Amino acid sequence: MRIAAETLGCVRGDRLVFRALNFSLEAGQALLLTGPNGSGKTTLLRVMAGLLAATIGRLHFLNDDRSPLSDEAHDQALHFIAHGDALKPALSVEETLRFHADILGAESASVAGAMNAWGLDRLSDSPGAFLSAGQRRRVSLARLSLQSRLLWLLDEPLVALDRDARARLHDICAGHRARGGLIVAASHEPFLDDASVLDLGPRA
Amino acid sequence: MRAFGALLRRDIVLSVRSGGGAGLGAGFFVLVLVLAPLGLGPEQSLLRSAAPGLIWIAALLANLLGLERVIEPDLQDGTLDLLRLSSLPLELVVLAKVAAHWLTNGLVICLLAPLVASMLFVQSQVLWVLMLSLLLGTPGLSFIGTAGAALSAGVRRGGILLALIVLPLNIPALIFGASAVSAAQRGGDPSQALLLLAALSLIAAVVASLAGAAALRLNED
Repeated sequence: MRIAAETLGCVRGDRLVFRALNFSLEAGQALLLTGPNGSGKTTLLRVMAGLLAATIGRLHFLNDDRSPLSDEAHDQALHFIAHGDALKPALSVEETLRFHADILGAESASVAGAMNAWGLDRLSDSPGAFLSAGQRRRVSLARLSLQSRLLWLLDEPLVALDRDARARLHDICAGHRARGGLIVAASHEPFLDDASVLDLGPRA
Repeated sequence: MRAFGALLRRDIVLSVRSGGGAGLGAGFFVLVLVLAPLGLGPEQSLLRSAAPGLIWIAALLANLLGLERVIEPDLQDGTLDLLRLSSLPLELVVLAKVAAHWLTNGLVICLLAPLVASMLFVQSQVLWVLMLSLLLGTPGLSFIGTAGAALSAGVRRGGILLALIVLPLNIPALIFGASAVSAAQRGGDPSQALLLLAALSLIAAVVASLAGAAALRLNED
């Protein structure tokens, strides 16, 4: 997969969130979005997920043979980990991941593997209401391990994670890139080795 | 299909578990009708003739309970984004939510109706018309309610707005539902009103699925 942005910009309401962004991303590469609060990192991730329309410029998603991805293929090719953790207080960790596996169309058997990969085995029966912020984050990130998808869009993935979970995230992201996956992440902290950095700059 | 089943099952589980409010609508429905004889007095003929309207108004109000929880939590915690990215069309997302709401609200009200109707001295041969009217009418209420919930999601204090959107749209169902039962009480033929009620539900099904899905799409901007 290849992603290319040409003079990309987004206006929401009366406000220009960002403009004139140019970047491209090839298989195995990562892009780190930086910039102060309100500079449009989340907005850019939502545009890339296809949840928001880009109002200026163009964003291309291309297959390896340079043909454009259809909208449907685009939706099926990405994982989007946003601020909202899509957890319900009344559902256990295992039930939550099983629901996400069904929604993603992933194998039911992948749930156990994902819980193991993110150190959630002992929490499998805990309801969402009992989880700490870091644990909620891990459940959210465990969606990445439910199904293999090429593009990962991560919004502040490090927030609330402890040292062990950060190491897991680091390893899992490195593995994903080694297999030719792409990562676009917004973060205020150093994250992803040798990623290209896109600074969205001061709030416009 | 698998995603549809998963969403339906999850919504039912969420509303049955603590904090969900599946029993809330049914409890409210029974309570309002238990209060009726206390307000209107114990006169049999008065209660009997008021019963169809009272039961249908109670069903309309009970249907509102829980609607606020149909879309809003999924919008707030980001589940809606994931549903938009899934292969499940938003029309089917709306349909799953309608089905979950009806099974935990409308269906329970249908089953409880004969019980409370007997308390209001409704003749036993009319009970099946009452149940049938609710069975045909309440799915329409859930459709309209879910579309309203999709429209008002993300609005502060959306619950009140939701009631203001949904209640006027439910007036036709109230009129035909209550008149079907009244007609049966007078020994008349309720079939015309029942057929109209079924037609209303079918129209609501088509319009509300499309409108609800459109509202979910627009929610972003």
